[in-house]
Amino acid sequence: MSDRRLAGALALAFACTAQAGPADQLAHGEQVYARCLACHALAYDRVGPHHCGLLGRRAGSVPGFAYSQAMKDSRITWDEKTLDRFLAAPTQAVPGTSMTYAGIPDAKDRSDLIAYLRHSGESPECTRTGSAQR
Amino acid sequence: MSFFQMPHPAAARRIFLGRSAGLVLSGTAVALLAGKEGLAAQQSGAGDGASQDVQILNTALGAELEAIAAYQLGAESKLLQKPVLDLAVTFQGHHKEHADLLAKTVEKLGGKPVLAKSNYNFPVDQLKSQADVLRFASKLEQGAVSAYLGAVPLFGNRDLSKAAASILGDEAMHWAVLRNALGEAPVPSAFVS
Repeated sequence: MSDRRLAGALALAFACTAQAGPADQLAHGEQVYARCLACHALAYDRVGPHHCGLLGRRAGSVPGFAYSQAMKDSRITWDEKTLDRFLAAPTQAVPGTSMTYAGIPDAKDRSDLIAYLRHSGESPECTRTGSAQR
Repeated sequence: MSFFQMPHPAAARRIFLGRSAGLVLSGTAVALLAGKEGLAAQQSGAGDGASQDVQILNTALGAELEAIAAYQLGAESKLLQKPVLDLAVTFQGHHKEHADLLAKTVEKLGGKPVLAKSNYNFPVDQLKSQADVLRFASKLEQGAVSAYLGAVPLFGNRDLSKAAASILGDEAMHWAVLRNALGEAPVPSAFVS
């Protein structure tokens, strides 16, 4: 293999390695998201509100969704930090929330889930419906 | 041999019903729990604990009512063939039993059970085949298992934790059967999360 081809192969290998991290994180985040699917969907409201456009949204603000008073009063804006705290123990973070779920104890599970939620906001499922902007 | 792979639907159904005996027992056990006269008394005066138990039960009830509607959608879609259609109706029946139990328990605890929505948002445009419907139902059941697992440790009353665990077991079986029907490993791992 010539030096030029070797350099090209190494560059490609490096690029693939560099991309494997986030891809793995998103794949794992999607697996963790399966735990949410009894009550949530990305693009439409169910027992829980939709998740498109979650990051940056004020808690309790999806129009027409019947939130608990506790969530409406929480004064939370969802970002990596507030989501991490909430997902670790929802009923402790927002006592009185309807999301009566013990939480996701593993920090990496939460981190990957949040990365997946952020990434999904740009997915066709979210942008097609326009719900990411809500 | 999976009952989905059996050539005769009647034989498949016999096998399924034979394997479902445990479900019936679980349902009976949970119904007995709901009938405990002491349950309301244990909870009355328990303050925030009782209130949170009602909230947990109502969240679960909302999800069960949605599952009933989802199976109704699947059953009416004309996409399901026997014996899968029979299974969907059977599973819907379990969810109706769960919902009935949860609603009665909420009332026993002095709460007001949530009602079914007049309409639900389902991804109807994505359901084009039997496999699509099965995959949709499988995801709902998987989520339900996780939701009950996340609820079990939160109850103030341990009898309610036991009841929720019984429902969890039933929904885990639904999930496994649906995965099997899709040609996936019915039980993908040693633990659920």
